[in-house]
Amino acid sequence: MTVLAAHYSHWVAIFLISAGMYILIARGNLLKKLIGLGILQTSVYLLYIAPGKLIGGTAPIVAEGFTLYSNPLPHVLILTAIVVGVATLALGLALVVRIREAYGTIEEDEILERD
Amino acid sequence: MKDDIILRVVAKLTMPFMLVFALYVQFHGDFGPGGGFQAGVIGAAAIVFYALIFGLRAGQRLVPEAVVEAMLAAGVLVYAGVGFAGLALGGAYLDYFVLDHDPVHGQHRGIFWVEAGVALTVSGVMLKLFYMFAGRGSAE
Amino acid sequence: MEALIIHVLLTAMVVVIVALALTRNLFSVVVLSGIYSFLMATVLVALDAVDVAMTEAAVGAGVSTVLLLGALQLVASREAKPLHRPFLPLVVAIAVGGVLAYGSLGLPAFSDPQAPIHTHVAPRYLNDGPRETGVPNVVTAVLASYRGYDTLGETVVVFTAGAGVIALLRRRRKRPEEKQRKTDKEEKKA
Repeated sequence: MTVLAAHYSHWVAIFLISAGMYILIARGNLLKKLIGLGILQTSVYLLYIAPGKLIGGTAPIVAEGFTLYSNPLPHVLILTAIVVGVATLALGLALVVRIREAYGTIEEDEILERD
Repeated sequence: MKDDIILRVVAKLTMPFMLVFALYVQFHGDFGPGGGFQAGVIGAAAIVFYALIFGLRAGQRLVPEAVVEAMLAAGVLVYAGVGFAGLALGGAYLDYFVLDHDPVHGQHRGIFWVEAGVALTVSGVMLKLFYMFAGRGSAE
Repeated sequence: MEALIIHVLLTAMVVVIVALALTRNLFSVVVLSGIYSFLMATVLVALDAVDVAMTEAAVGAGVSTVLLLGALQLVASREAKPLHRPFLPLVVAIAVGGVLAYGSLGLPAFSDPQAPIHTHVAPRYLNDGPRETGVPNVVTAVLASYRGYDTLGETVVVFTAGAGVIALLRRRRKRPEEKQRKTDKEEKKA
């Protein structure tokens, strides 16, 4: 039971990572693949930030009356990662729109047949 | 959507609040949660909201494409310019300590301009992405 | 109590993702991904990551959903039923998840004050950051001042994405070809 409480957040993040990976690999629709990639990225953020939390602490903004702060360093890395993730999504969506205009479909099997 | 009176009135009432909130998040990023990225996205969301309700043409009249593309590039130039200002005033690249008479004031000035550059670029990119995706369908 | 709230929210996220993997209507998939981003932002607030939560809510649930809907109205399809059972990807995903879960047993427990993450570099930033930079928000101080180069790189990445989308979706070159094709079609009919 204590092992479950100690590692539940890690295991949920790992389950979300494998679910995102499954959607990315198994589904043929390009748009759903991109959403799976987004889920994979978001669950990695969770895996990164969860260890920085201290129960009883507060947000890392130094103020009077608070002594225990959660760790600010993962927050900085993940801020950059979120913005890079949306940049990747935007470029991927632009490519999907062009593929649809060129091939008429966004299913991976049909595109490989037509090529 | 601009024929629906409820949407029109609500959009006109909430858009100023969204823009002011974007500026608040930008300038209070030092004292609370916030900073350049969040402010840029909230500002772009306000303009996207306007363009969704009143049409893409109205949105592009409000913030023309040329202005958005200029904002995109200007943000990166401002950020790099702060670095070169540090070089010109005698320190290393992106050194904030030399930007003012006092190291702590120099940090304040450096962080202010850097966050302004980031907010410019991010809001320009988000708005441009919306214009590209929304504008492509109507032309076909 | 805090840990209980976090764990309940994490379970809700698992339910949303399972529903997303099984749905084939692409509009529902986009809405479910927006719900997932909002739940993620709530979990991040519960984990005391307030800057990250604001960015995730604005970017993940706001801009991402708008872009996905914009692309969806240009693409307008429904996901087709898969031709063969996805056995191999399921095995690969479960194998990767299993190996990662086995590796995570060596990680420190959730919210352990003696974990190395809290004793190495973080106390220096928390103690000296506001004094050296004059900014109480340690995340902004680290992002804009101590790790300023990384933020410059990130701004350039966002700029590159915008430039890339402009290059991909510009319409100016298509018009002469369209006019040429239209005149060719009219000549063929005549």
